[in-house]
Amino acid sequence: MKATVLVRPKPGILDPQGEAVESSLRQLGFSVAGARIGRVVDLEVDASNPDAARTEIERMCEQLLANPLIESYEIEIQA
Amino acid sequence: MSSTSPRIAVLTFPGSNDDRDALLALEGLGASGVPVWHADERLPDVAAVVLPGGFSYGDYLRCGAIARFSPAMKALAEFASEGGLVLGICNGFQILCEAGLLPGALRPNSSLAFICRDVVLRVESTDTPFTAACAAGQQLTIPIKHGEGAWFADADLLAEVEAKGQIVLRYTDNPNGSIGDVAAVCNERGNVMGLMPHPEHAVDPLLGSTDGALILGGLVEAAREASRTPASTAVG
Repeated sequence: MKATVLVRPKPGILDPQGEAVESSLRQLGFSVAGARIGRVVDLEVDASNPDAARTEIERMCEQLLANPLIESYEIEIQA
Repeated sequence: MSSTSPRIAVLTFPGSNDDRDALLALEGLGASGVPVWHADERLPDVAAVVLPGGFSYGDYLRCGAIARFSPAMKALAEFASEGGLVLGICNGFQILCEAGLLPGALRPNSSLAFICRDVVLRVESTDTPFTAACAAGQQLTIPIKHGEGAWFADADLLAEVEAKGQIVLRYTDNPNGSIGDVAAVCNERGNVMGLMPHPEHAVDPLLGSTDGALILGGLVEAAREASRTPASTAVG
């Protein structure tokens, strides 16, 4: 089963990468009010159903893929 | 059995690059340095462990996030829980935070730039083995060299570590966006400390400062003391 995990810096956490990209986009003439940079993890997991996959991936996020102090995560399971 | 030269391990991970400097500095301060490879499941008989700077596992995922799975880290956690002295420098600090042995996390510098220069630190707490040789409020000049050294804690965690006196060193002129100007924190018990600056690079007048010798010398002295007494009562 394929899944994608989106890891983002939590709101309020300084994201200098996002700020640098936002400023570069402005220099290109784009009207941008904010840019935040996170991480995408594409996973292929052994799971019998989407719920089981989600439970398993949540544990992966808590233990390794995200640092809960500074990052939030979102799990998308591909049908 | 001589305890005049305490044994201090320096734990090398794939990508560590300050391990030899740490060993050299510790030996210069009277310790017997013991190199330990991260794959070792057991720590040798030592009085303290230093996690050196570098880029363990290429800083993949997050700095220090992968190194905490090294076999030696399990032994290190046990060593720390028994009161063993542990000092994490730069990447070592990042690893200790990721392993949950120290509070907070290290984030990219606010400038996004890799910063390599001397900084001035203020000693906030002398109530740790690492700063016992310093005076409260003393200013130390020690270099930093990192791209991800901005210590982060949310408001609750910051209030908690401040209240418990776990902030050991602060920058006098914050170079990296660290919350509360924090340069070094310790655990509640005070036997584990992490700092972004590199004391091992400030132990010789030729390098511009010897203030790092106060930190590492404090560790050597505490290790010497710990070698004389069981680990469980060495600190506390």
